[in-house]
Amino acid sequence: MEFNSNKSIYLQICDAIYEHILSGELGPDSRIPSVREYGAEIGVNPNTVMRSYEKLTNEGVIYNKRGIGYFISRNAQAIVLQTMRDDFMNNELPQIIRKMELLGISFEDFYQQTHATASESSPQSL
Amino acid sequence: MIAIRDLGFSYGEIPVLKNITMTLEEGRIYGLLGENGVGKTTLLTLLCGLKAAKAGSINTDGHNPFDRDPSFLSDQYYLSDEVAAMNMTALDYAKSYGHFWEKFDMDKFIEIMGIFENDPGKKMSKMSFGQLKKTYIAFALACNTRYLFMDEPTNGLDIPSKAQFRKAMTKYTREDSVILISTHQVRDLENIIDPIIILDRQDILLNASLEEISEKLYFDYSTVKIDNALYCEMIPGGNIQVTLNTESKDSKVNLEALFNTVHQHKELIKGIFSK
Repeated sequence: MEFNSNKSIYLQICDAIYEHILSGELGPDSRIPSVREYGAEIGVNPNTVMRSYEKLTNEGVIYNKRGIGYFISRNAQAIVLQTMRDDFMNNELPQIIRKMELLGISFEDFYQQTHATASESSPQSL
Repeated sequence: MIAIRDLGFSYGEIPVLKNITMTLEEGRIYGLLGENGVGKTTLLTLLCGLKAAKAGSINTDGHNPFDRDPSFLSDQYYLSDEVAAMNMTALDYAKSYGHFWEKFDMDKFIEIMGIFENDPGKKMSKMSFGQLKKTYIAFALACNTRYLFMDEPTNGLDIPSKAQFRKAMTKYTREDSVILISTHQVRDLENIIDPIIILDRQDILLNASLEEISEKLYFDYSTVKIDNALYCEMIPGGNIQVTLNTESKDSKVNLEALFNTVHQHKELIKGIFSK
């Protein structure tokens, strides 16, 4: 696991778990590693992983079965989708818009480009 | 828990530590940072009972380390910066010296040696400095002690070993242990050490968890200059700038920038972090 972003490590760990949930790699009720196991796997202080797990628990993404471990909640995917969409809208999109303004890219250019990319990647266009 | 109160130490007339007061809690891996010669090694040797305090006290769960009670000693390990190249194999060393530590675990020693790709059958006197260091790290972790003090443990380790060391520090340490690691190589131990202690000449400038640090200080990695930054350093692609975190924003703590910020604003930092 690479930590290059400027987000604090505990949030980067949350992001990694979010992505595994969205991709379906971590399904409902699947067990995630213990704080120590995960910390050892990625070379991070267990207290940092604990902080990530606390955040995910508070968000309802994971739940703790006492003495057994942490598991993915049944509605985790819906929660994560909402959280990540909000994050995209509030944090990532403004940055993209700022960069577009800086480079003089209009929404028209943007639309055409995304439209072209989308049809390139869709099999129907072949 | 280790409670240090008004601790003082000097070499002859030369004072090294003065009025050091701090607490080290269990379940934490403290990183002890400080410039050369500020007394990091002295502090470690005081904590493990190799030296007697000249003033103040150290209370390690009811023990004074300098009393060197055998049951207490068997529950602590001090890994010094310089390690002895014994004229025996690592395995023989572990067999004979492991007895001094009540919870020494031979299987764990072999396992960690394996992770470090270090041959336990090799004579320690024939090992490279890095191999020898890894042997002692494996031994230190296999002792399963409640108190673990390490002086510059990543010195001499090759690149893959540094990552293995970080993982081993999480995997093979006890959950109830108090761990203190002194280092100059903050990048080697990034993400492992938390809380951070910064020692200055005779004084503690900072003893705070990363959570507290990121609550109070903001680390900006953009290209935009900030007017009232406490610290600014150019890096490829922009700057690292440190400001007071007045808007409760999240950021990743950069330990080198933190260290330099603390050094440039000693009184301010002490003020912010004193509760």
